[in-house]
Amino acid sequence: MSTDITRLSAAELAGALARGDVSSTEVTQAHLDRIAAVDGDLNAFLHVSSQDALATAQDVDARRAAGEELHPLAGVPIAVKDVVVTRGMPTTAGSKILEGWIPPYDATLVERLRAARLPILGKTNMDEFAMGSSTEHSAYGNTCNPWDLGRIPGGSGGGSAAAVAAFEAPLAIGTDTGGSIRQPGAVTGTVGVKPTYGGVSRYGLIAMASSLDQAGPVTRTVLDAALLHELIGGHDPRDSTSIPEPLPALVEAARQGATGDLSGVRVGVVTELSGEGYQEGVSARFAESLEVLRGLGAEIVEVSCPSFTYALDAYYLIMPSEASSNLAKFDGMRFGLRVEPTEGPVTAERVMAATRGAGFGDEVKRRIILGTYALSAGYYDAYYGSAQKVRTLIQRDFAAAFEKADVLVSPTAPTTAFRFGEKLDDPLAMYLNDVATIPANLAGVPGMSVPNGLSDDGLPVGFQILAPAKADDRMYRVGAALEAALEKTWGGSLLAQAPELKTTELTR
Amino acid sequence: MSTISRDEVARVAALARIDLRSDEVDRLAGELAVIVESIARVSQVATADVPATSHPLPLTNVFRADVPVPALPVADVLAAAPQQEDGRFLVPQILGEE
Repeated sequence: MSTDITRLSAAELAGALARGDVSSTEVTQAHLDRIAAVDGDLNAFLHVSSQDALATAQDVDARRAAGEELHPLAGVPIAVKDVVVTRGMPTTAGSKILEGWIPPYDATLVERLRAARLPILGKTNMDEFAMGSSTEHSAYGNTCNPWDLGRIPGGSGGGSAAAVAAFEAPLAIGTDTGGSIRQPGAVTGTVGVKPTYGGVSRYGLIAMASSLDQAGPVTRTVLDAALLHELIGGHDPRDSTSIPEPLPALVEAARQGATGDLSGVRVGVVTELSGEGYQEGVSARFAESLEVLRGLGAEIVEVSCPSFTYALDAYYLIMPSEASSNLAKFDGMRFGLRVEPTEGPVTAERVMAATRGAGFGDEVKRRIILGTYALSAGYYDAYYGSAQKVRTLIQRDFAAAFEKADVLVSPTAPTTAFRFGEKLDDPLAMYLNDVATIPANLAGVPGMSVPNGLSDDGLPVGFQILAPAKADDRMYRVGAALEAALEKTWGGSLLAQAPELKTTELTR
Repeated sequence: MSTISRDEVARVAALARIDLRSDEVDRLAGELAVIVESIARVSQVATADVPATSHPLPLTNVFRADVPVPALPVADVLAAAPQQEDGRFLVPQILGEE
């Protein structure tokens, strides 16, 4: 075959499959081959489900041959972050405490992928229980950034972002509690979307912080993200926080945006999410992107969200509190690891403590201890309660800002990808990666990161677009417009500028 | 702002049911002190007149019809258990001696 089918977007693959130019078996095999060739260096996958993926692909090909009406993405392969449970397929959430666990059920979003017949290529690496911004907290080794193997791919969903950036998969699923979809998107030159809270079912996600967690698309193009978002989103009676309304027309918004007309759209620049702490190249690309949007007809306005200054502090009280409660289920009784104490009586309580001491990594222990402390008697009001008040203030800031602007924008992350180990011993420096992404989680509003160029160090930068709750379509319109305009100046996608990865010869 | 003492970390670790090695207690006592400074900053704006928000979007109770649906097959669930016996989870003794 003359063209490399792993370079095609999901929308292009869907078209090629529908026309019969390629079969799903060929597409799926090409991606499995690519994984075999490059994942030894990247470590984006914790599990590759070749047989399962090829069986789905063959089924799609047979149905298509029989003239059956199929979902537009049927036969387009996808990778799933390992925090999402998959029936019959190992799910570890990047933790030793779940090593070898095979879930007896599918998450709702996985059910929807299977119903639409997307071959699932495997499960992607992540920081343990999604706690981190670099994948350095995975119990199964780091994932490397395809742009520079010595650097982090972002986190927690570094595996999904790296897999998509390295053409191992055209689509992936991520989850975002404080930026775990958007920040990896920014540092790998890919698109990442955190939908409105409640827009995609959380049923079957291994929860970190239930009031913040949200699953969403990880892709190479804005249109692909819209296609995947429409597939996995929408009401689910098994998640009581799921929004019981249809999604806005996301694919339509992305197509409209790509035509390049943003007249009448008010774009708000958040004063508090720029300046000090932002790398020079990141700020420069951001300023250029604003000019691009202005050139497409958008009106650029400045908005102030003073409470965002306290978002990081509030987040690091709320998130560990909820995580400490959610992770109490890992008790060594019903699933996962069980470790018995080496001396003294073997009681359930002591088995639980020994299991958690052995099975959890440092960052997980750190957050559970902090959360338990914040929720313990005498501290609850001062800690968790105060942080919830900041949440109110942040929501008020968003409400006021969305009076003046249709979308809000900022750099997605303050810096480009840093080197492994650089921030590992300094939790606060690590947490600062999420300073621009966290406000959206606290307020439940949707956010997207779109690649908007390379910094002075030659590494990708991301542009964040935030919209009001349930108005996810607005960010797809603006994101697609920016993407189309930038790709015109680059003469192709940003990922086309990424270095070629070393490939291992196949002996298939 | 007070820091978290070593004893406090050990007490909280017991509440959280996590066995920590002595060196882990030392390290956490140092690291948590930094993070707890967050509360000092949050307290500047979290005044009595601000209501707390527990959830990003306003929610009321969500009800569904009380209709029985099939449960997961017992064998599938037990397949993932550390130990099982007679179609049930086998767990250590729940109560201590005292």
